[in-house]
Amino acid sequence: MESTAYFKDQFEQLQQTGPQGTIAGLRKEGFEDFNGRGLPSFRDEEWKYTNISTLFQQEYNLDGEAGIEPSELDAIRLPGHEQANELVFVNGIFKAEYSCIRSGANELIVMPLQQAAEGEYKTLVETHLNQSAAYIKDGLQALNTALIYGGLFIHVLKKQEPVQVYVYHILEAAAGPVLAQPRSLIYADKGAQLQLTESYTTIGNADSLNNQVMEVVVEENAYVEYYKLQNDNSNASQVSTSHIRQIGRSYVHTVSIALNGGMVRNNMNLVLDAEGNESHMYGLYLLKGKTHVDNHTLIDNRKPNCFSNQLYKGIADDSATAVFNGRIMVQPDAQKTNAYQANKNILRSDLATINAKPQLEIFADDVKCSHGCTVGQLDEEALFYLRARGISKEKAEVMLLQAFAADILVQIKPKALREHAEKLIDKHLSL
Amino acid sequence: MKEKPEALEQAVLNEYKYGFVTDIHTDLIAKGLNEDTIRLISEKKNEPGWMLDWRLKAYAGWLKMEEPTWPNVKYPPIDYQDIIYYAAPKPKKQLNSLEEADPELLKTFEKLGISLNEQKRLTGVAVDVVMDSVSIGTSFKEQLSEIGVIFCSISEAIQQHPDLVKKYMGSVVPMTDNYFAALNSAVFTDGSFCFIPKGVRCPMELSTYFRINAENAGQFERTLIIAEDNAYVSYLEGCTAPMRDEHQLHAAVVELVALEKAEIKYSTVQNWYPGDKNGLGGIYNFVTKRGICKGDHSKISWTQVETGSAITWKYPSVILKGDHSIGEFYSVAFTNNHQQADTGTKMIHLGKNTRSRIVSKGISAGHSNNSYRGLVRASKQAANARNYSQCDSLLLGDKCGAHTFPYIEVKNKTAIVEHEATTSKIGEDQLFYCKQRGIDAETAVALIVNGFAKEVMNQLPMEFAVEAQKLLAISMEGSVG
Repeated sequence: MESTAYFKDQFEQLQQTGPQGTIAGLRKEGFEDFNGRGLPSFRDEEWKYTNISTLFQQEYNLDGEAGIEPSELDAIRLPGHEQANELVFVNGIFKAEYSCIRSGANELIVMPLQQAAEGEYKTLVETHLNQSAAYIKDGLQALNTALIYGGLFIHVLKKQEPVQVYVYHILEAAAGPVLAQPRSLIYADKGAQLQLTESYTTIGNADSLNNQVMEVVVEENAYVEYYKLQNDNSNASQVSTSHIRQIGRSYVHTVSIALNGGMVRNNMNLVLDAEGNESHMYGLYLLKGKTHVDNHTLIDNRKPNCFSNQLYKGIADDSATAVFNGRIMVQPDAQKTNAYQANKNILRSDLATINAKPQLEIFADDVKCSHGCTVGQLDEEALFYLRARGISKEKAEVMLLQAFAADILVQIKPKALREHAEKLIDKHLSL
Repeated sequence: MKEKPEALEQAVLNEYKYGFVTDIHTDLIAKGLNEDTIRLISEKKNEPGWMLDWRLKAYAGWLKMEEPTWPNVKYPPIDYQDIIYYAAPKPKKQLNSLEEADPELLKTFEKLGISLNEQKRLTGVAVDVVMDSVSIGTSFKEQLSEIGVIFCSISEAIQQHPDLVKKYMGSVVPMTDNYFAALNSAVFTDGSFCFIPKGVRCPMELSTYFRINAENAGQFERTLIIAEDNAYVSYLEGCTAPMRDEHQLHAAVVELVALEKAEIKYSTVQNWYPGDKNGLGGIYNFVTKRGICKGDHSKISWTQVETGSAITWKYPSVILKGDHSIGEFYSVAFTNNHQQADTGTKMIHLGKNTRSRIVSKGISAGHSNNSYRGLVRASKQAANARNYSQCDSLLLGDKCGAHTFPYIEVKNKTAIVEHEATTSKIGEDQLFYCKQRGIDAETAVALIVNGFAKEVMNQLPMEFAVEAQKLLAISMEGSVG
């Protein structure tokens, strides 16, 4: 039986002890919404292939006051961190003390979400925070909103070179199962350039669940790259929402890579809310063991003359499950939209499952939209070619799988990160 | 722009030429649905006790179910107590041949372009005609029975071939499979029954023509086709209804069973009244169609041309149980004005080396919404399962919508599944090319749409292909410009 009563206590405690204002108001809305919806079940169309409620059969520790050792942080720093701004969440709470801002105040402003909501960013936060709720109507999104605490606000200003931001999500699960609910709002101002990378690490052997909501607002002439690396241990589950809205003519490029984890659900939304937007969305999932990864993507074309391209590729081995649910919407106003989507899967084991559901919903006539989806195996002839040249079967398979993954890896633009991802994948495939 | 009322009326009539009502005495029962209604239907049809029990069981199941809300269609709630569940043209006596049928009835079918006598002479198609709730008559029965083919109304089959009906009815679509199938199982009034024995290749096309005539009546027919080992049959289905302002419900169930090396080809031209330009009236077409390739090397092929109905909700499916069995689905769905269609297929691969192919062409115009929804499932045992799906949508106007919802579920590592879909409008250059050669815009669009749908039209038997093409042209009238 799912246990959710303790969320109420947490909510009431936050409302009583924390400051009032915008965020408290949102929490209230979120909590009412959560009460109305409850946790998603597999009967909900959007959760058909991911039975997330099984994760809620135990009670999680909601206490965000855990600390970490500096050595624990050093162990997970990503390559290239010497030049990047590093921001740290521990159990869903943004920790300024572990973070390191290297950019100047004329390039990057980082502050707690609560502080932004009270100060000069009040209107901005009020306008943009929780816009994702209109798109993701489920209990987990509502739960995150209901318990917003210790969130992060980032303002990226206009600059010639991209500002690098690494966000480390650390879950301290040594003492028992932990639920983290990080929340962030990122505002890429006119002409800003941002390279944002997120990684996830669970410390300890107990279960962890990271129910994250990140909202990014992209202004005119801004350029945003977003990389998500999921390579946590098999007790670490995630529901990770990234909601990116392009409100001015701008460019967005996302790459999401999932290797290890428990049950992982990624909601990746791109809302193209201005004329002439360009967006690219890439994803790779290489799953083994019992890992379950559900990539739910949405590209909502709202204005004319937008272009979007999406490519998700995945391999499911052992008893892993991969879900791809890619939705492209073209609203009545969005004439001259070009939207492409492709999803390619390789199934390596009879115990593994691939569920794919590419969707097109089109309400404008002057558009070019297509999607393609395949599930198959490695090409016998390619394997034969390699083996005829004296390469062992195992080696040949790994080579072909690496080539399969390479299409996505080349989309990681920063060299240090790409090499890091390549190494991770080589290791992952050769095991 | 001013238009004479007559001209307008003419235009409306052009769009749906089957909208007349036949003035014929009809035996109606009172509106409403309860156990007594079901007992009454069963009694009127003089059914054996086991059939009544079956119906009541389905009704009990239906009461516990909820109307599905997942389809991408919108309609006001249906009042199931406001429907007449049984309407039969009088007199209701067993007809020995078509010549005995009411001349008014025969005239109706002549108007529909299916003169039973003519069909008999010219095309050699055996026809079963169902008006409202009951079968009017079946042609070619004797010739067919000589080679062992049973082709009759399902009511007759219940009386004369109870063993076959008992064995197969509900075996493909269980009585409580879904809300509308359960409703149909409880109140179905007639339909067609075909049985092709071992090794027989049915020498002619079998055809059923469905017609709703009575007001406020729902139509609930049930079709059951069984092809034994090495048998072959091609079956056609057509349907029309009068123009009325209120919606009428049509909830049918079709079950196909193909045994070893058998092949069933099922073609539908669906042309129920689609409602008027403003979306008033029209048929709700909520149909469950499913076939099972039970034996090895069997094949089931669905072809459908959907131009009618206010709302279509239908997913002709194939369960590929036998090894090496083949499932096919070819569909053209055209929606205009305020029509809504949510249609597609399910291919459930269970056996080894099974193959399926899906070709779906959706065309939307006016304010309509056209969705393809399909499921391809390769189960764990389905080694070497192979599927190819292609769904193309064409948009003729900026107020309509085209949607694609494919579900792909693969659990076998040797399965290969491919799906592709495109959505676009008619190319300016294609139109320009035609117009430059003196073809006006409307004809050019019709030409291009016909080309778009050709892959599916080619699958239809010849007589039907001609009718379907005409139908498409009529449905498109007024959708250009």
